[in-house]
Amino acid sequence: MLLLSCPCCGVSAEETEFVNGGEAHLKRFGPGSDDADYESYMFNRKNPMGVHFERWRHVHGCGKWFIAARCTVTLEVFATYPAQTTEPPAEVVARIKARRPDWEGYK
Amino acid sequence: MSHRLPDGGRLIDRSRPLEFTFNGKRFQGFAGDTLAAALLAGDQMLVGRSFKYHRPRGIVASGAEEPNALVGLGEGARFEPNQRATTTELFAGLKAISQNHWPSLEFDIGAVNSWFARFLTAGFYYKMFIHPRAFWKHVYEPIIRRSAGLGRAPDPETRDPDRYEQIHAFCDVLVAGGGLAGLTAALGAARQGKRVIVMEQQPHFGGRVVVDTPDMGGTRAEDWLDQTLDTLRGMENVTVLPRTMVAGVHDHGYALGYQRIADHEPGADKPRHRLWRVRAGLIVNATGAIERPLSFAGNDIPGVMLASAMRDYLVNWAVAPGKRVVIVTNNDDAYRSAIRLHEAGVTIAAVIDARPEARGPLPERARALGLRILEGMAVHHVTGHKRVTGVALCRQDGDGGAVSESLHCDAVGMSGGWSPVVHLWSHCGGKLIWDEAGAFFRPDPARPPLGHDGQGFVQALGSANGVMDAAAVRDEAAAAFGSEHAHPATDPTKADAPMAPVWMMPARAPFGLRMKMWLDPQNDVKVSDVQLAAREGYESVEHTKRYTTLGMATDQGKISNINGLAILADALGRPIPQVGTTTFRPPYTPISMAAIGGEARGPLFQPLRRTPLHDWHEANGASWEPVGPWRRPYCYPRSGESRHDAVMREVRQARESLGLLDASTLGKILVSGPDAARLMDMLYTNMMSSLKVGKCRYGLMCNENGFLMDDGVVARLSEDTFLCHTTSGGADRIHAWMEDWLQCEWWNWQVHVINLTEQFGQIAVVGPNARKVLETLDTDIDLGRDALPFMEWRDGHLGGISVRVFRISFSGELSFELAVPAGQTRALWDKLLDAGAAFGVMPYGTEALHILRAEKGFIMIGDETDGTVIPQDLGLNWAISKKKADFLGKRGMERPAMTSPDRWKLVGLETLDGSVLPDGALAPLEGENANGQRLTQGRVTSTYYSPTLQQGIAMALVHRGPDRMGEVIAFLGEDGKPIEARICDPVFYDKAGEKQNV
Amino acid sequence: MSEPVSALPGFRNEGMISVVEAGPCGMITMRGDLTLPALAKAMTDVMKADIPAQRRITHCDHGRVAWMSPDELLLITDYGAVPGIIGDLQSAIGDAFVSLADVSDARAVFRLSGPQVCDVLAKICPVDFAAFEVGEIRRTRAAQVAAALLRDAEHAFTLVCFRSVAQYMGDLLATVSAPGGEVGLYRG
Repeated sequence: MLLLSCPCCGVSAEETEFVNGGEAHLKRFGPGSDDADYESYMFNRKNPMGVHFERWRHVHGCGKWFIAARCTVTLEVFATYPAQTTEPPAEVVARIKARRPDWEGYK
Repeated sequence: MSHRLPDGGRLIDRSRPLEFTFNGKRFQGFAGDTLAAALLAGDQMLVGRSFKYHRPRGIVASGAEEPNALVGLGEGARFEPNQRATTTELFAGLKAISQNHWPSLEFDIGAVNSWFARFLTAGFYYKMFIHPRAFWKHVYEPIIRRSAGLGRAPDPETRDPDRYEQIHAFCDVLVAGGGLAGLTAALGAARQGKRVIVMEQQPHFGGRVVVDTPDMGGTRAEDWLDQTLDTLRGMENVTVLPRTMVAGVHDHGYALGYQRIADHEPGADKPRHRLWRVRAGLIVNATGAIERPLSFAGNDIPGVMLASAMRDYLVNWAVAPGKRVVIVTNNDDAYRSAIRLHEAGVTIAAVIDARPEARGPLPERARALGLRILEGMAVHHVTGHKRVTGVALCRQDGDGGAVSESLHCDAVGMSGGWSPVVHLWSHCGGKLIWDEAGAFFRPDPARPPLGHDGQGFVQALGSANGVMDAAAVRDEAAAAFGSEHAHPATDPTKADAPMAPVWMMPARAPFGLRMKMWLDPQNDVKVSDVQLAAREGYESVEHTKRYTTLGMATDQGKISNINGLAILADALGRPIPQVGTTTFRPPYTPISMAAIGGEARGPLFQPLRRTPLHDWHEANGASWEPVGPWRRPYCYPRSGESRHDAVMREVRQARESLGLLDASTLGKILVSGPDAARLMDMLYTNMMSSLKVGKCRYGLMCNENGFLMDDGVVARLSEDTFLCHTTSGGADRIHAWMEDWLQCEWWNWQVHVINLTEQFGQIAVVGPNARKVLETLDTDIDLGRDALPFMEWRDGHLGGISVRVFRISFSGELSFELAVPAGQTRALWDKLLDAGAAFGVMPYGTEALHILRAEKGFIMIGDETDGTVIPQDLGLNWAISKKKADFLGKRGMERPAMTSPDRWKLVGLETLDGSVLPDGALAPLEGENANGQRLTQGRVTSTYYSPTLQQGIAMALVHRGPDRMGEVIAFLGEDGKPIEARICDPVFYDKAGEKQNV
Repeated sequence: MSEPVSALPGFRNEGMISVVEAGPCGMITMRGDLTLPALAKAMTDVMKADIPAQRRITHCDHGRVAWMSPDELLLITDYGAVPGIIGDLQSAIGDAFVSLADVSDARAVFRLSGPQVCDVLAKICPVDFAAFEVGEIRRTRAAQVAAALLRDAEHAFTLVCFRSVAQYMGDLLATVSAPGGEVGLYRG
């Protein structure tokens, strides 16, 4: 069972306090978008072996959503950061690079 | 025969004899005994029957690795099958029964299976029961069902009378195993100021140290143990838990500990088991090692035991396994047992050592004591049936052609070397390496399981790490936490001589012997089975395990795995490390389901949400219906009244005079801030920004697929504030949905959402007399038709209670919904009942609510919707704004499949015979789809008997339904017969909507 | 106005610890940017309280103010004082983007006390009580429902949960604090 640190209330808590919200940093495609963009927004999800960015909500805590950068193989948590961003902050990317030099980076 | 010695036994208290029974026969043991020790003390060698051949089985081991001695324990509500006698503490009045035999343990008809042993080889299920197919149902399956499974399930009518609980704990270091390595490490860590929890599965600490190393370089092991435990227990940062097994190691330093608080005190007023949910920075795997058996013919006959178990029984419980014992070994350690038994007065007939020569310090000491040591020899076979009568010997390096000698004995102690207990290391991905010298797998320190920070979080110490010498164990464990011990380094002249990996006796045994060499005595897997599997092409150890059932027993192959995979490796002609091990999965030994459930049973099984009127409903005979976590009255049957009749009465009362509904479960979410209207326009398909303050509007919410997910009435409280009503089941989900969009997509918008669902109770006052009853209460609100028109709301007071009145209707009748603070809901309800008595007021339940809305053609989320229905399917196009550039779901609705004229759409149905259609009934078409399923053209979504129309009415989704008004189509009844129904308008009652507008 | 009725009136259980339902209790949810000067000023003027730091509780004349999340405070006061305080706060805040709501009736409040209170709570909350300071608030779960714990003293907590699960909470606390379930984990 994962141990996650909520960047919004500073608590390090077990997985049962959280709920997972799937892949992070999705871009919304609404009315007027073409089929491919809409399909990608709705249905196409990354499923990497390795570095992954995913949404979590501290549902039995402060109620805030945040994003966890996590290795899907070793379950190492590289960082957690607030959800109000469209891509991982530079320092998070740097931290992951330090731990996973072969990582191709956030695309 | 096994027996109790006149003195000794470090764990028993001879002043406290305890009576118990086994299969009804009376026995006596002492406080401190395990059930296994007490049975052996009473010469009960035979304790069970094996799984497949029903062979007689005796006690093999002294701990958690025991494969045979599984018993049914207790009786009645406290009966439990498959309890391990070796880990069951004896208590007065214990009742145990043996398993897997009929009619009796001594005489078991199932034992005829062993006559057919040649046909019950590896994979026999797969081979035998394939053909002829027709035999499966009537012949094979009944046989397999009767013979499968071990032990008898408790009576389903009984309820576990004990209590169970869990606890969350946090520590820097969790030490699994309270032996030499574990306690030394715990002390070191504690002295560094770390928070330490020590868990030991047995009731006593010390592991093997007191039995195996009574003299620790000048210190008595018992003294060291007492002193160390005293020190640890006196430290504030240390929690010491006996009878607590670390059952599993999980991600990120999470571990489960299984504490058996009161198994040995049945009926005590305390929890029986407690499950510890521990989060540890580091988990020390100090779980020791387990001795392996040797594979020789007849090694499963009662009386053949692990050599180390013999000295455990001797030292701990003063029980000797026999009067005349043979020890068979491939290593020096077994000589410890031989010497201990000899010193206790047990005759050692011989020590059979498979090694060409035995010249280590222990064999030399045995020789000096006059013991007979036969080098380079093997057990050809064991004689006896229900107990050992002797052994026949041959050369180890031969093919067993010639028996050189036969020895009379009543017990055989075997030692095939030791295997570190690496389960906890492996549970979460720790890797193993093969240790040639010890012929075992041990943890690879370079590849530990990784924690949240990417660092290893399990450390193996002591014999679990492959360090078998006590002094070295202590040094290693002390060094792990920074302290050093001033005791002498290991003296190489005192070290055990190397063991010889011996996987079969004799080395080139013929088939006749191999098919009597048991690897897994519980599941009856023999050397010949594994070899057969290899010949049939099973190369993977995981496949071989499942094919042969090796290691699938309740002990999960604790003593059998290494021997089995050595045989497999040999048969495949590959080195053991290349074959590898099967996966170790938690729990280490079975834990009770009740501990996993913890306190969550009975009323605490699942939280029940109660409205402020719950107690009133209960006191007034509500027949309950679960609605998500809530419980709502389905109806209120009166004495002698059926549920159906009650529902009919409640509907008529609401239509004709006055009904009350507890609508408190409706979601109530406040949306507030300068951007509130903007958010509302995105959340709802309707235009909500145009709603006037003081007014209400029915709204729909879709997900981004365009599928309808919730509905409800929205009230605009002020320019910047809306109150959204959601469905009863949707409140938390919709609140979370709103927060999600606000936090993750529109985080710059100035709007807050606050879930006020539980702040207010809500009462619907429904019926032609609704206004009259409210007007009899003291009120400051003008409830007149024009002062408070349909779809408006007002704040004020009713009967002195602060309320918000919504003039909305889900029944089609004149209706007021009253929102009132939860703490005053009951008071208002009582006032309404009093005032309503003049109108024959009745509460009505969810079923009446459903009928009332269905008569009006109002949809219900979850009935008319199923996650694939768009508002347009339900004829709700009027609620979808065409002016808005964007709202959630708009893009999804634009897809061709959503705009296709071929969608199934909402219609009403009237059966031609007036009957009620079955819920969910399908309207079939001729022909089949690509999957061979019957084509259909429609499905019933809601169906009721309407007391108002006095006929069955239904709503359905039908292919191009609204274009087919008046058409008669057939739906399948529950008996498969067609029921004809006419497609009609889903609004059955008061089509003009006049009644709600009076 | 009728007398307000709390979620589980009169509930009390004495086992390993004392559990008492606190009766009607005034609570106000305040949502807004906690760094807003208008918000701080309103708190000072009306509540005579400072904005609490992350997961802290501040005390004031009217009661307590607890940090709920980066943009939410919970004001705990007398039940009857709530409408007045909301009115005063509203006028003090003016046009600033702050939302207020009376949630007094939405909650159930239990007071737990006794030397074994941490052991009892550890049975139902995945919380490290050794790292839980007096004057701190921790939102978590109690068995299967959401709960907020306020540590009032070394051996005293206030537990807040939703009103609808008050009976579950009372039953739960009584069950896990039944005598015989002593643990000895938190011995401080």
